[in-house]
Amino acid sequence: MSTHAGGYSADPRVRWIEFLPWIVAVAAFFALPEYLSLGARILIYVLYALSLDLIVGYAGIITLGHSAYFGLGAYVAGILAAKAGFHDPFVQLAAAGAAGALLGISTGAIILRTRALTLLMLTLAITSVLMEVANKATALTGGADGLSGVVVAPILGLFKFDIFGKTAYLYCLLVLLLGWWLVRKMIYSPFGTSLRGVRENSLRMHAIGAPVYWRLVLVYTLSATIAGVAGGLITQTNQFVGLNVLSFESAGELLVMLILGGVGRIYGAFVGPVVYLIAQDLLAKQFPEYWYFGIGTMLVLVVMFARGGILGILDGTLAKLRRKP
Amino acid sequence: MSAALETRGLCKSFGALTVAADINFRLETGARHALIGPNGAGKTTFVNMLTGVLPPSSGRIVLGGEDITAMGQANRVKRGLGRTFQINALFRRLSVLDNVALAVAERRGVAPRMLRAASRHADVRAESMELLATLGLAEDAGVRILDLPYGKQRLVEIAIALGLKPRVLLLDEPAAGVPSLESHRILQVLDRLPEHIAILIIEHDMDLVFRFAQRITVLVQGEVLVEGTPDEIGKDKRVHQVYLGEQHHV
Repeated sequence: MSTHAGGYSADPRVRWIEFLPWIVAVAAFFALPEYLSLGARILIYVLYALSLDLIVGYAGIITLGHSAYFGLGAYVAGILAAKAGFHDPFVQLAAAGAAGALLGISTGAIILRTRALTLLMLTLAITSVLMEVANKATALTGGADGLSGVVVAPILGLFKFDIFGKTAYLYCLLVLLLGWWLVRKMIYSPFGTSLRGVRENSLRMHAIGAPVYWRLVLVYTLSATIAGVAGGLITQTNQFVGLNVLSFESAGELLVMLILGGVGRIYGAFVGPVVYLIAQDLLAKQFPEYWYFGIGTMLVLVVMFARGGILGILDGTLAKLRRKP
Repeated sequence: MSAALETRGLCKSFGALTVAADINFRLETGARHALIGPNGAGKTTFVNMLTGVLPPSSGRIVLGGEDITAMGQANRVKRGLGRTFQINALFRRLSVLDNVALAVAERRGVAPRMLRAASRHADVRAESMELLATLGLAEDAGVRILDLPYGKQRLVEIAIALGLKPRVLLLDEPAAGVPSLESHRILQVLDRLPEHIAILIIEHDMDLVFRFAQRITVLVQGEVLVEGTPDEIGKDKRVHQVYLGEQHHV
């Protein structure tokens, strides 16, 4: 599970260990049928975290407002389903992704001219503005009460979304597989290497003639597209959209998940949400009032002792074992 | 015949402070030219204006007969203007090969591609490896810059610039921070650079300057004090006064 950094000497073939998340996901489908709703939520968050990893981990764009794209995707899918009569899940998903892309390119083109704290504040401002718009546009979004009445037609006219979450789980797994394939391909490509160049030294990237700004706008748009799709999925599986999808807390929570799993490692985006959401589920059942204390402790430990996240710990341990005779 | 690089009346001011005043400079094709001057003379500001990092307050910059004054950095690079940095500006967590390949891929127009893996671009890889071999860095191709000795990092600086196949190469103190025992290696590399590249070197190491350059321009307080051959500069009393003191080498 070492870092997936790509580059001109990296073997792009899928390694055996990279099948592990998919084997676990399929095994969970059969072994834990009562947890499929939680499972689908985890899969969606993995996709959402992958989109964040692309910009934070690989391009070095720091953000606290990724929920803007996720939330917009969620609302677009929801409004299409509840208000406009578009019930086809793929149409909803495509529209959610397109909305994310459109918002990504229009906001990215502005905010990526700035850096550091200014950039961070602008990302925060975007999601806050969007949340307020959603709050006020009650006719479309349902405001604080949320948007209900989301209807999703059976997938390909065959597979109906059932109350046990079987269809939703497999559907999310397939979309995640596609998202992972795209992100992985991008990371191993020359484009991915150039993003890492920007992250490492944007001054030098300018000096070798790279259009740094446009590269960042492009990756930001792609990331926003994937986040929009993830937002569309959350609407389809919950059949409801609440204002929380656009909240700053949601964006912060996602960043925590990614840091927990390991930033810039692809699979950190898999491990983080799994650990975070399962811990949240368990802790919330055991300690309904103090569950965030457990999450906070976990984050403090990771930040203090394992800067590479859980995968960083694994990498370090494996490296030590290899060094031993 | 037009020069490889030329400046006409180049000026730069920050408020009341003038850091470059009416600089007329000509770098001939294939030249080995040095720009020297005491600290604060405006050498790096001059290079930053040439490369597009800083816009000049007035004057013109002409590259191969084309006015590039208003052009951005990327377009200047595409037209054959490469540079190295006084303080290493490398991709520290990437391998030596990737550092060079980034420049090669950018020049070949491969860098924006997303669908094929970087390692499948054998042409970029082969050219980068060849370049590393000529600089004696082939064995370090897989080493991260973080784990590379400083002297070799300075060579990677040059390798990245060469990956752009420049017509004009600006070397900002290539031997800065390198122990004098190792600076001969930098000089060897500079001596072997392709003859058609016009090179402007900014350097404090006078041994290196006088051994490498065919012409020297002395910049003092943002103005050209004198320009000439190493012999002429070495004998110039004004240069002795403002810069060389008693340490000059001829």
